[in-house]
Amino acid sequence: MRDVAIIGVGCTEFGELWDKSFREIFVEAGIGAIQDAGIQGGKIDALYVGNMSGGRFIEQEHIGALIADYAGLASLHIPSTRVEAACASGGLALRQGIIAVASGYHDIVIAGGAEKMTDVDVETTTDALASAADREWEGVMGATFPGLYAMIARLHMHRYGTTKEQLASVAVKNHHHGTMNPKAQFQNEITIDTVLNSVMVADPLHVFDCSPISDGASAVVLAPAEVAHKYTDTPIYVKASAQAGGTLSLHDRKDITTLDATLAAAKRAYEMAKVTPNDIDFAEVHDCFTIAEICAIEDLGFVKKGEGGKATQDGMTAIGGKIPVNTSGGLKACGHPVGATGVKQAVEITLQLRGEAGKRQVDGAEIGLTHNVGGTGGTAVVHIFGRER
Amino acid sequence: MDVGIISYGAYIPRFRIRIEEIAKVWGDDANSITEGLMVYEKSVPDTDEDTITIAVEAARHAINRAGVNPERIEAIFTGSESHPYAVKPTSTVVAEAIGATPSLTAADFQFACKAGTAAIQACLGMAGSGMIDLGLAIGSDVSQGAPGDALEYTAAAGGVAYVIGRENQVAKIESTYSYTTDTPDFWRREGMPYPEHGGRFTGEPAYFKHVTSAASTLMARLGTKPSDYNYAIFHQPNGKFPTRVAKTLGFSSEQIKPGLVVTRLGNTYSGSCMMGLAATLDIAKPGDRILMTAFGSGAGSDAFSISVTDRIEGIRSGAPSVEKLLANPIYIDYARYAKHKGKIKL
Repeated sequence: MRDVAIIGVGCTEFGELWDKSFREIFVEAGIGAIQDAGIQGGKIDALYVGNMSGGRFIEQEHIGALIADYAGLASLHIPSTRVEAACASGGLALRQGIIAVASGYHDIVIAGGAEKMTDVDVETTTDALASAADREWEGVMGATFPGLYAMIARLHMHRYGTTKEQLASVAVKNHHHGTMNPKAQFQNEITIDTVLNSVMVADPLHVFDCSPISDGASAVVLAPAEVAHKYTDTPIYVKASAQAGGTLSLHDRKDITTLDATLAAAKRAYEMAKVTPNDIDFAEVHDCFTIAEICAIEDLGFVKKGEGGKATQDGMTAIGGKIPVNTSGGLKACGHPVGATGVKQAVEITLQLRGEAGKRQVDGAEIGLTHNVGGTGGTAVVHIFGRER
Repeated sequence: MDVGIISYGAYIPRFRIRIEEIAKVWGDDANSITEGLMVYEKSVPDTDEDTITIAVEAARHAINRAGVNPERIEAIFTGSESHPYAVKPTSTVVAEAIGATPSLTAADFQFACKAGTAAIQACLGMAGSGMIDLGLAIGSDVSQGAPGDALEYTAAAGGVAYVIGRENQVAKIESTYSYTTDTPDFWRREGMPYPEHGGRFTGEPAYFKHVTSAASTLMARLGTKPSDYNYAIFHQPNGKFPTRVAKTLGFSSEQIKPGLVVTRLGNTYSGSCMMGLAATLDIAKPGDRILMTAFGSGAGSDAFSISVTDRIEGIRSGAPSVEKLLANPIYIDYARYAKHKGKIKL
């Protein structure tokens, strides 16, 4: 197996991109990544694209071919593959790209993700997202996606004394980080009261506890580590790529406050990178709801189980804290175009490790981690990146 | 073109339903709706009221206010998104009811919430060119919101009529400018009972873009600025949108206050902006200048620069003010509202 490096990144603005089509945004992200890497289209050996539900959101399947075609690569007959794992589609596309390069099967690979979610009404979007859970056992029984995470939150509050203010502090922190990210959907500060006074979605989750519906695309260019310096002075090395599955239904989990898939993926990633949670300088985690970030930082081993709420409230995960989490603004403030999110996390880590993250730069960042979840934990993808190989 | 408003009249049904009452039925949080929309209650038509009866009442008030001889009215255009007939005009019934037939032209307009101001523009052109003596432009609606839809909190009933002509103006219309694009933010297809809307898309790319573009272009063309106007009225789908657009354009809350009737009335669609203008004319003094900007989904915005003449005082008491029409409402519950709105099918 070969070591793999990221040699270029690209990302669109995230948000309600009503004046742009699906094909426009992925081309924008892809061209951004290619230009950043300084390569030509003819160099590309393969494309992997994360996309959750083109069929429901834009009534378009066959996304792989569409993207290659509109990127101007159809005449080169480059293999292009769509990857789907609900909200973890992006992370999984990145992993497929890494495996392709590591195995020696391909050299230069684009791993991207794109989702256009605002072209249909909110009910259609919400229902498409609900298909990330188990339709037969959860969806048709009336469980909505926020409803499932609300159950996680209620048990977490009951068992560990986590408070609604602590949940809200996740959103407040991520909005603060979003103010420093010019591509974030929300670049405004909010307060604990903003969250607690907002409309209730599924008790105890208010609308400000939930990530938004977004459009956006992101892409990275992957290359074998041994040639990465040919393209860039600051390659970012993939130290670990891990994926783990879990039960699709929340009720089949032995403990719903723990995402077993995250535990398993994190364990594999730490072993592969030969690091411990203490070695991680900063992370992008899957905060589709505020409770999800609290569970994530616990399951990733940054804090003990049950202490995620307090740690967030105490500022441990803010920029300047012990381990900054979601410096991009996370899903909550940067936005959550589902297929793009997992790749955007890698883009953020790359910018931070290169020292190009502007106002939100984490000082002395050497090792960063991304954590992307599908559904309530049916899939988890964890990557670890470093400045050193 | 020296043409303007000769008279005006409004009509609002007596019945109201409070936002809490609707929210109670659908399990919504009334507080967040009233605060979010800045609407507290909305008008409801009686069981025998529709767009035509409301248009007739408004037209009668307009004629009575300035003692207009209806035979001088040579054009009637009624704007509405709830004409009771798909084929058969509202305007002919109005013409007959007020005694304007048969020497006139008449037609119905449809352009979501700005059909009434489009009717004003048509009358301005015809009266201003001398093609007709007087024109009657009406905006009237018993607007529809599907049960449980966000629109149900604001879709209200009411109508306003303006007599447009050259002589004896109570308010001169100095200029008008329209900004129109194909922006599908709200629609109702033939045969469908309730309109659909594009959710958050109805905000920035539709309402705000069109209203700010129309208002600012008109002011740029006239060389006026917000401080040149005593009052401003912007289309009022809720209280929040016109308040925000006024702030964006540089108008104060005092300038929009007299015309911001939506908080107690709801959105009367084709009557919305024109009701705000009527309420403003009710209190305006000679020499006052008013900027009115309508918005209709689909989408377009009509902006008008208006200056009040000294004749306004003379006609004011000839018909009920908007304030009087809003006073002494009868509050009804959701069940009676459902009956009034024909939501209960027998």
